[in-house]
Amino acid sequence: MNDMQFLTWVRGTGLDIAVSIFLLGVIWRLFEIYSIGRKQDLAAPRSTPGASGLHTIFRRSVPPEGMMKRSPVSYIGGYVFHIGLAIVVFLFAPHILLISNLTGLSWPGLPSQFIDLITVVTMAAMVLVLFDRINKPVKRFLSTFGDWFTWTLTFLPLLTGWLSVQHLLLPYTTMLALHILSVELLLVFLPFTKLFHAFTVFGSRWYIGKINGHKGVAV
Amino acid sequence: MQGPLIDTLARQGVTRRAFMKYCATLASMMALPPAAGRAMAEAMAAAPAAAKRPSVIWLPFQECTGCTESITRSHSPSLEGLIFDAISLDYQETLMAAAGHQAEEALHAAMKANEGKYLLIVDGSIPLGLDGAYSCIAGKSNLEALKEAAKGAAAIVAMGSCAAYGGIPKANPNPTGAVSVSDIIKDKPIINIPGCPPIPVVMTGVLAHFLTFGSLPELDGKGRPKAFYGETIHDRCYRRPFYDQGKFAKTFDDEGARNGWCLFELGCKGPVTYNACATVKWNGGTSWPVESGHGCLGCSEPDFWDAGGFYKALSMPADPLKMVANAAVVGAAAGVAISFANRGKKSAAKSAHETTTLADLEK
Amino acid sequence: MSASLEKGIRVLKEVIDAPMASYFSSCVHCGLCAEACLFYTETGDPKYTPIHKLEPLRRIYEQEYTLLGRLGKMVGLSKPVTDDELEEWKELVYNSCTLCGRCSAVCPVGNDIVYMVTKFREGMSASGHAPEGIIGAVNRTITIGSPMGVKLPAVKAQMKHVEEDYGLPIPLDVEGAEYMVMLSSMEIINFPEYLAAIAKIMDQAGKTWTLCSTAFEATNAGYQIGNSDLAKVLVMRIVDGAEKLKVKTVISPECGHAYSALRWNGPNVVGRPFTFKVQHIIEVLGEFQELGLLKTEGFETDKLTFHDPCQLARRGGVIKQQRNLMNMVAKNFVEMPDAGYMNWCCGGGGGASAIEEGEELRMEAFKKKKAQLDAVKPDRLVTACANCRIVLEEGLEHYQMDIPVVGLTEMIAEHIPKKGA
Repeated sequence: MNDMQFLTWVRGTGLDIAVSIFLLGVIWRLFEIYSIGRKQDLAAPRSTPGASGLHTIFRRSVPPEGMMKRSPVSYIGGYVFHIGLAIVVFLFAPHILLISNLTGLSWPGLPSQFIDLITVVTMAAMVLVLFDRINKPVKRFLSTFGDWFTWTLTFLPLLTGWLSVQHLLLPYTTMLALHILSVELLLVFLPFTKLFHAFTVFGSRWYIGKINGHKGVAV
Repeated sequence: MQGPLIDTLARQGVTRRAFMKYCATLASMMALPPAAGRAMAEAMAAAPAAAKRPSVIWLPFQECTGCTESITRSHSPSLEGLIFDAISLDYQETLMAAAGHQAEEALHAAMKANEGKYLLIVDGSIPLGLDGAYSCIAGKSNLEALKEAAKGAAAIVAMGSCAAYGGIPKANPNPTGAVSVSDIIKDKPIINIPGCPPIPVVMTGVLAHFLTFGSLPELDGKGRPKAFYGETIHDRCYRRPFYDQGKFAKTFDDEGARNGWCLFELGCKGPVTYNACATVKWNGGTSWPVESGHGCLGCSEPDFWDAGGFYKALSMPADPLKMVANAAVVGAAAGVAISFANRGKKSAAKSAHETTTLADLEK
Repeated sequence: MSASLEKGIRVLKEVIDAPMASYFSSCVHCGLCAEACLFYTETGDPKYTPIHKLEPLRRIYEQEYTLLGRLGKMVGLSKPVTDDELEEWKELVYNSCTLCGRCSAVCPVGNDIVYMVTKFREGMSASGHAPEGIIGAVNRTITIGSPMGVKLPAVKAQMKHVEEDYGLPIPLDVEGAEYMVMLSSMEIINFPEYLAAIAKIMDQAGKTWTLCSTAFEATNAGYQIGNSDLAKVLVMRIVDGAEKLKVKTVISPECGHAYSALRWNGPNVVGRPFTFKVQHIIEVLGEFQELGLLKTEGFETDKLTFHDPCQLARRGGVIKQQRNLMNMVAKNFVEMPDAGYMNWCCGGGGGASAIEEGEELRMEAFKKKKAQLDAVKPDRLVTACANCRIVLEEGLEHYQMDIPVVGLTEMIAEHIPKKGA
């Protein structure tokens, strides 16, 4: 297989397989998780402004008082890497084109030099977060194969995307194909690893907000 | 500088100075040292004076003659064309006056007379299906003809994407079983000059190099001269700044198209196409596809015809996603099945509940 | 698999629900919950990371309720949970967790870790892996009526004392009273001032109230050990008492877990909504204050600070009332760092204070409270939970800090003007 066939495969059959597994996995996992249901809370509710599932979905994006000081790398690294990832994934023109092709939704992108900068910053934040995971006793203690694996899965698309744009290491065509392949791997594994938090984070925040909101506690 | 070529050129109104300039340009285009320009000029000027001009045999296989058209038509008269005065083009079906047996004889005579020294140019792919019956010349399949001619060649030039990579004949579903020259010939130096058709100056540049140094220029991983195929169209495209700014033509007649914005979204394959169009241009530097408002087709890359469609951007799926809808249904079915199993399990656990007593706390 | 383990797992299968499934699927191992847990911050031992305390539960969830988990168990990739493992986890689930809920408050993906710990305790207790100390407390509450073994005669003796000392009647079993007042056995034994305070406050407010001879004990060790069946037995005593006396409101005493067990957990273990309201005494006082039914005179002039009981503030949503009450009677009220919603636990909640072998760890964890106190250096420490009060007193003594601990209700009552004065 030459590089153009490789690229065409990852853009064609590979993408078809990856998106299919992703979609299958996401739907299956969402059913699996949320169909278990929960008991109705019979205690008399107490309502407080700001105590609800929806409030918590937003509120949990902000670090609670004092926590930023206790774990600055987690928060700053986490913010930079999540926001950076979102910018790179959703605001780079070729990516928007793919999304628009798959879903029909489209929006304006950002200049590629800016995306380039954000990519570097995002990768730096990810390396920092990885270093923190190795360095901090709690994180190291909690880490399993899945944590290293998913870090790699998330990092590779950034790295290969950046290398391909910069024409480093391998010819553009091959690197672009590797970039798309790495994204496909990410898609394939997302529903079955901790990366699925990209979906369940909303459910989890909603539940904790709802369950505590019933008590009038704005968590 | 003296020589028959200079005289010929003079007769055609080309000055010696213009010839020197041409050679210098050619040399610089091929990223050769400045002295190479002079060496080239001398070699070419002197060549016809030598006992015998290097023999070149041009075999056409499954092709459309576009490569020949390109090379002959691009300059009339221009220096590229005249370089042929430095060689002895002993067989070229389209250009030669001879036909039939006469032509066959010329071919075999040239092969015999220049054994081990001639340069073999091939355009077109070689069909392997039906024992090669899809394309025959003088009762011989292209495969046989190629093997025969390759035996005595000093080097082979695969001219155009068909000879270099199989090209359009090899496009899915490849009914004739077309393959490239390098798929068959393994024991000769092969230089690929892909393109559909290739840029004339690339071909003449390679010939000039061969004449001057007796060897082929430096090649990349796909057998192409690095001098011409070292960079992508995208990287040298004059519309590149628009790509970087995120300014794209969305249709061929929108404002973006009129403003000359990037054609990426209209399917331009410039980013994955290694060729010199953006710098050398076509028709004597007049224009080139992107300048005329159409995206690059990627014609000098292997399998360009099957690379997902000319009007689909590179970041779009190459094929429609066929399995996705089914996958969603399977996912939902699996999800529902698991849901039922889980709920069953939970209610079974509930109905099997035995009230915990104080005794249970102590195991 | 032992029968008890089987039972424990079956109970867990019952209690695992969609929120837990969502939580386990969301955890990214960021470790921020550790930074919120005083057992980690004060020991530095990563095993006290809150989410790690749920590791066996996570595996049971995956093995029972996810397809991949089931496959993993079948092919041996996911190890089954054993008795030995649960025994090892006992320390993590009980000794080093006070159900304070700080972990749940900080988790960036919104995992309600403390919610899961209470569920895990269902399985731990059913499979016989609860600590002896709490088992004893449950046993005494169920069989005798109170975790400290207090019986009705002891309560009656206290009632008599208070009536004599303060000249206020203590009603018992009065049908149709507006409020039914609950006590925690610690208040009966260690802090009798509480009963007197209630009498004064109710008298001033002009409210009818009563104690109940069959339901005076508010603490619910069944809730602390995490067993709904046993918690239900104890809640039902109160429900029966309240319904028999036809009271409008049951007042949970200054005891955090009693409040959570009755107010939020009670209807759910009983399986039906209550026909009466449940309020914490601080909520009642706050209401009285707002309605002008609570009038005080004079001020405390020494430097006071307030320790928020976790179950009242972070887990119960009562935060403002105690501050308004403090300001009503104190001139020099200062807040500790992190006070209010994010206050640090005393280290003995959730039944932990009943675990003898956990004492050393509790004292270690108390360094957090010490640091909070050192930051403001109060003359006295006010709180609204008898259990906090005892644990605080132990800790203060251990670190030789001379800071008396008082209950808020008593302090308020002290400022109620004498009748006819």
